[in-house]
Amino acid sequence: MIINSRFFNRSELMGFIALAAVLFVILPLTLDVFRLNLVAKYLTYAFVALGLVLCWGYGGILSLGQGVFFGLGGYCMAMFLKLEASSVENTKIQSTPGIPDFMDWNQITSLPLFWQPFHSLTFTILAIILVPGLFALIIGTAMFKRRVGGTYFAIITQAVAAILTILIVGQQGYTGGINGMTDLRTLKGWDIRPDHAKIILYFVEVVLLFACIGIAQFIRLTKLGRILVAMREQEDRVRFSGYSVANFKIFAFCMAAVFAAIGGAMFALNVGFMSPSFVGIVPSIEMVIYTAVGGRMSIFGAIWGAILVNFAKTSLSESFPQLWLFGLGALFIAVVLAFPNGLSGLWADYVQPRIDRLFASRKAKPGWNDNSVADGAPAE
Amino acid sequence: MSDEGNKGLLSPFRRKLLMGMAAVPAMTMLPRGAFAQAPATSAVNTTGLAVTDTEVTVGILHSATGTMAISETGSIQAEKLAIEQINAAGGVLGRKIKFIQEDGASDWPTFAEKAKKLLVNDKVAAIMGCWTSASRKAVLPVVEQYNGMLYYPTFYEGLEQSKNVIYTGQEATQQILAGLNWIAKEKGAKSFFFIGSDYIWPRTSNKIARKHVENVLKGKVVGEEYYALGSTQFNSVINKIKLTKPDVIFTDVVGGSNVAFYKQLKAAGIDLSKQALLTISVTEDEIDGIGGENIAGAYACMKYFQSLDNANNKAFASAFKKMWGEKTVIGDVTQAAYLGPWLWKLTVEKAGSFDVDKIATASTGVEFKGAPEGYVRIHENHHLWSKTRVGRAKLDGQFELIYETADLVEPDPFPKGYQ
Repeated sequence: MIINSRFFNRSELMGFIALAAVLFVILPLTLDVFRLNLVAKYLTYAFVALGLVLCWGYGGILSLGQGVFFGLGGYCMAMFLKLEASSVENTKIQSTPGIPDFMDWNQITSLPLFWQPFHSLTFTILAIILVPGLFALIIGTAMFKRRVGGTYFAIITQAVAAILTILIVGQQGYTGGINGMTDLRTLKGWDIRPDHAKIILYFVEVVLLFACIGIAQFIRLTKLGRILVAMREQEDRVRFSGYSVANFKIFAFCMAAVFAAIGGAMFALNVGFMSPSFVGIVPSIEMVIYTAVGGRMSIFGAIWGAILVNFAKTSLSESFPQLWLFGLGALFIAVVLAFPNGLSGLWADYVQPRIDRLFASRKAKPGWNDNSVADGAPAE
Repeated sequence: MSDEGNKGLLSPFRRKLLMGMAAVPAMTMLPRGAFAQAPATSAVNTTGLAVTDTEVTVGILHSATGTMAISETGSIQAEKLAIEQINAAGGVLGRKIKFIQEDGASDWPTFAEKAKKLLVNDKVAAIMGCWTSASRKAVLPVVEQYNGMLYYPTFYEGLEQSKNVIYTGQEATQQILAGLNWIAKEKGAKSFFFIGSDYIWPRTSNKIARKHVENVLKGKVVGEEYYALGSTQFNSVINKIKLTKPDVIFTDVVGGSNVAFYKQLKAAGIDLSKQALLTISVTEDEIDGIGGENIAGAYACMKYFQSLDNANNKAFASAFKKMWGEKTVIGDVTQAAYLGPWLWKLTVEKAGSFDVDKIATASTGVEFKGAPEGYVRIHENHHLWSKTRVGRAKLDGQFELIYETADLVEPDPFPKGYQ
């Protein structure tokens, strides 16, 4: 087994540079703040897609419940922001000032106990990582230790997504119900709504995204990443070789959950609210679709998938308010039928060889094709 | 894209005819000078809205797709009709209204995103839109931040007031109190059973209703049950109704759940001609799905029924049906949505400007005599003074007007003693 000595091989390096150039330079220079903020929203899904590449693309674990973790991260952040927005003076019109407005509407007269720690930003940041992480650990342990996998696991994650939605909608006094938590205003006194704040938040998010890309790439390159791929291709052989398959699966699932949660938290900050409509089955499946369209085997492909699909969603719905869903559906069908490896497969099959030939004609030494294990065609 | 609204018209000739006819009732309420030379754009638009010498752009923001589309389509249709009529009558300050329609897709964040797009990118002078409370709550921070003007058509729970929103539907007390008073007096009702969908509007409405029943009517609430949105199993609550035998069943179940609820009620042998039922959530639109035979005899408390017998409403209903087809029905919210563009036009003309700040101030006291519901006036809290009416559902899906308040009811979004 050849372990790549470099962090990125050439094609990945190009992908990295291209993404960095677009996100750090081109988009901020060409888009107005409104569109840039939309890109920030799309990028929150890129975190989820990144997690899905690890867990589904490499580990072969299809989770149809990533919305749960996206939602948990988002709600943790939103709870902190909502508490700050519900100061006594902002809410003096309520019968109990100082608590979030939806609690007041639901006849709750004091802040519930589990809300109290969310006064602290440090606790909130820890919670954004730990709550979804622990939750994934529990689900993962319960499932993978019993060797529940494949379709059954996907169905169970869907059920979890449905349950959490029902819980959030049903407990509206504590969660804001179907309205969600709206009107989030400040972060430690810093107004997150004006244009300059949106720009700063955008860059914070892009930096975080690249940090996550770094982590994902690191996992891919270590022995751990190889085991994940081996597990996807031949689970039994890995088990017979003495590895604990369940533990590796739990790890991949938890990583995906944490990435999704970071995306969710950034969503709450960028969009200014959180609602159960990001937690349920439909958004969870949409997140899988972003990954599939971009290419589930490719870190950069999945990120592009999240950006492009959401961009298509926005522009189609602006141009054809009544027909856009059909257009979007057709796009998905076309991509899945014609390019099963998504956009990144398209790139690898058609564009990359040309670029390589271009380089190869200049330089004779080909040092770029040792990524064939990870980036190769999927078994299914 | 903006002329998609004319699908309902079959030929250019019919369209001309319709525009002419639609303008007739509108003529009477035009302020003098509406046809005079249009004032300079620089004078009427100091904040960079999408106003040219000949056109002004507004946004329509409803769900054209998703679960709410069935409810919101009526509002879209009414707003397009109003805009067409206003244009046929000379526009606003001499400018034709052009609209940009966006789809909220029954998804609250999409509503916020699209509202922002309309205000920031398209610089619309006003937005007619939103339907559910959730979508309004999502859009509200956006219109406040970017200083837009939203005309919101749905009856809602109150507890809200904004410089940037005109609520053309009823807030909870306007809808509920007069209806409860009427049924208590008329039927001698003392015991009430509340059934609602589980979200903010039914919960708040029932809270207000409970306080009114207990403190004012000196009656008793014998049960209060909530069902998740979209729920279709009401057998257990129907059994409880049979056990407790309330004088009145008071419901605010919304959307598709209504179909199941009324069918199961009928199947369980509860005869609505004997058991009084007062709903604040069923309009002609919902009866379309429920079926007249399943709900005939129930009372609904609204501010508008399609069957209202006045000249404004007859002209409105016939213009609506001409534009959108004979089979369409017009519910309470559809009528309230129709008020939005008209109130905006009248306010702009009163203010002599498209500037949002000036409109927000000038709104107070604006009256619309051509309203299908009769007459409305904007209160300084940006809600409408309007009458409360009780109708009785008939087999054909229409309501028969049973009672209306003598005077306009004052909107009170933060009712003292009801919180």
